[in-house]
Amino acid sequence: MLRILINALRTGVVTTRYPAEPSVPPDRFRGAPVFRPGSHLPPPSVCPAGAISEHFDAAGRHVALDLARCIFCGQCAEDPWTDAVSMGRDFELAAHRRDDLRIEVVADQPAIPAAAPDRNAQALRASSEIHRVLGRSLHLRHLDAGSCNACDWELAALLNPVYDVRRLGIDFVASPRHADGVVVTGPVTRNLETAVRRTVEAIPDPRVVIAVGACAASGGIVGEGYASAGGVDRVLPVDVYIPGCPPRPEAILFGILVAVGRLNARSARRQE
Amino acid sequence: MTDPAFTDALRVCASGSVDASVGPRPSDLTVRLSRTGDLPAAAAALIGPHSMALATVVATDETATPDGDLKVRYVFEPTAPGAPDRFVTLLVSVDAAYPEVPSLTTVVPAANWHEREMQDLFGIVPVGHPDPRPLVVHDGWPRGVFPLRKSFDGSHRVPVEPADEFPHLVAEGEGVFEIPVGPIHAGIIEPGHFRFTSVGETVLHLDARLFYTHRGLEKRMEGLSPLDAFYIAERICGVCSAAHGLGYCEALEQIAGVDAPPRARLIRSIALELERLYNHVGDVGNICAGAAFHYGTATGARLKERLQQMNERLTGNRFLRGLVVPGGVHLDLPADLLGALAVTIQDTLSGLDGLMGRIEANPSVVDRLDDTGILQHQAAVDLAVAGLAARASGVDRDARRDHPHGAFAGPHPPDLHVVTIPDGGDAMSRVTVRALEARESIRLIGEFVRRLDPGPLRVALQEPLPGGRIGISAIESPRGEAVHWLRLDAGGRVERYHLRSPSYHNWPAVVLAAETAIVPDFPLVNKSFELCYSCTDR
Repeated sequence: MLRILINALRTGVVTTRYPAEPSVPPDRFRGAPVFRPGSHLPPPSVCPAGAISEHFDAAGRHVALDLARCIFCGQCAEDPWTDAVSMGRDFELAAHRRDDLRIEVVADQPAIPAAAPDRNAQALRASSEIHRVLGRSLHLRHLDAGSCNACDWELAALLNPVYDVRRLGIDFVASPRHADGVVVTGPVTRNLETAVRRTVEAIPDPRVVIAVGACAASGGIVGEGYASAGGVDRVLPVDVYIPGCPPRPEAILFGILVAVGRLNARSARRQE
Repeated sequence: MTDPAFTDALRVCASGSVDASVGPRPSDLTVRLSRTGDLPAAAAALIGPHSMALATVVATDETATPDGDLKVRYVFEPTAPGAPDRFVTLLVSVDAAYPEVPSLTTVVPAANWHEREMQDLFGIVPVGHPDPRPLVVHDGWPRGVFPLRKSFDGSHRVPVEPADEFPHLVAEGEGVFEIPVGPIHAGIIEPGHFRFTSVGETVLHLDARLFYTHRGLEKRMEGLSPLDAFYIAERICGVCSAAHGLGYCEALEQIAGVDAPPRARLIRSIALELERLYNHVGDVGNICAGAAFHYGTATGARLKERLQQMNERLTGNRFLRGLVVPGGVHLDLPADLLGALAVTIQDTLSGLDGLMGRIEANPSVVDRLDDTGILQHQAAVDLAVAGLAARASGVDRDARRDHPHGAFAGPHPPDLHVVTIPDGGDAMSRVTVRALEARESIRLIGEFVRRLDPGPLRVALQEPLPGGRIGISAIESPRGEAVHWLRLDAGGRVERYHLRSPSYHNWPAVVLAAETAIVPDFPLVNKSFELCYSCTDR
């Protein structure tokens, strides 16, 4: 017992200061791809996840990147596209709407969000309702809807001594009856669809639904298929989408704080 | 290398013709049996006198080819330490109009789930299977629809039909309770359903139902460019990303006829050992959670977090995604990162030694682990249990030695200390093996780093890659041997890919081990195996 106390004291405090202080990911970290204006952007076939699309109209070539589908592999920033695309370091990507995660470039002009921000969206109202009823604290139930376990591990990491989300009034609870919302990982498999619906229905209103990772946010590399619904919003309304494959723990934490209205989503910040 | 003694042994027990040929690799043997009825005797000859084990079973739909049939390949591998690296495939042709094969499960218990899976996904019926319940497709799946047949379009959802409750295998009697657990669990863990029947605290029987996370990934990969399909293989399982990515790459490189350069092979092996290390260290911590030893849980989580942060510095991803790629590795490991890595693994070593010291000095933890969840040696052999779960029950198998890959495939492979516990089998043995293997991983990483010489990182794979050839690889992932089987079509696209993960063979062992324990110890038993659901379910 004494040895344990001595070891604990010697280890000291290992907890991060995020979000009070910004977190800087390491040099090799692959965050949101950055399209460079004025250069010829890569074709959709470059992306193994199908996150890049293009179409043509009178204005020219439209190239769109769906961050919800992106697996952050970096293929679009490889030779010969290194001048056109680079992998940025931004990981705070959570948004209230799928459309806010679409970045579109028209005729190689500067990147714009595909959808105009809509501060009165249904999702935002749900968030403010959560904020009004529950205050700044949020208790969440985790729901694995067919994930590869990477997003699950990152959620579990939020409870480790380094991220320790309980310091922010956030916790993961065992019963949906005790929860204010769910964090869902995975694309919602056929074999889990009933369990997913029943779990969410067991959570009292108002409740927040957070889709964590590419599979939950868009179907990701799984997509729609005989065994997969292709994303949480095919089954349930989603309040916050957190891109990443998987999102790093701080990216998930950012999304949770967006859901409870304590931080602004990226699309809202960009307008300010 | 067609071994005459081997094929003669198979001819003796077969009533039909037996055609042996070399392949898929030069060291492998493929034996075509003209009569499916010869399968059980042939399989018995392989696992009995030749002490081989079932490695994987791969069904394919070849109805659109000139053969016009379904095929099943039963792949076996030697189990004796020091045996040559080889796979022996028993190949049978199945008439698509009458898709039946004799079940091997009573002869080869490890074939149990493979046969149920092939019945669900291909409609190939294992005649005489002792437990032919559906495995992969759950309630409400339409009858007569087989998703891995080529004629099935897998890109859309399939309606759920009304269904009866799944027939769980339960014990009955006075005072017998049924305890349903899952698929949604209380913690942040993967989904599965466990139906216990118990008398008091004692587990009489456990029926585990998995495949809740079945995403249809093998079907999803079919028809894709093999270079794009790699990103799916790498994402079958989060915590085996490096191992499964590497297994797919080695299978693809065999098909392409290329070898990754020496520096890339060393970096791949560093990634494999880093993956093993963060898994093992985190799992020792999680086992402490099962024994309510929270200091241990927090210490394990802290050490694992440090390693995952190191992963992110090395590869840009906390699960090592994006390092291993077809043809080699995508990123180099420069001296400054190697220096940081050396410090991290040394700190991990002292942290792990401290944690194990606290566990071993804590009677309340040791008492929970000792003699809990016993997996008998013979059961581990019969079920072809893989990895540390097998080694903790005295089975001396390790794919790094038995099927050399990564840096072990080079001309002067490093020594590997394979940790086995001959009289083990309980949860404490699995904790001990984990700790010893983590130390061995730290030693190996140091050894690989010392061997790094400047050189190319990657060879180019030119598409289209050749169709018709089979690539097969076996990788020692954190949980044990994973077997990858890949074949491309005439256009160089993925025709069939199959992964047999270590968890696939180990789940039935968890059930056996749980039946030696009491209900409250199940979390501990389960965590001592720490298996993946996602790479079992795919």
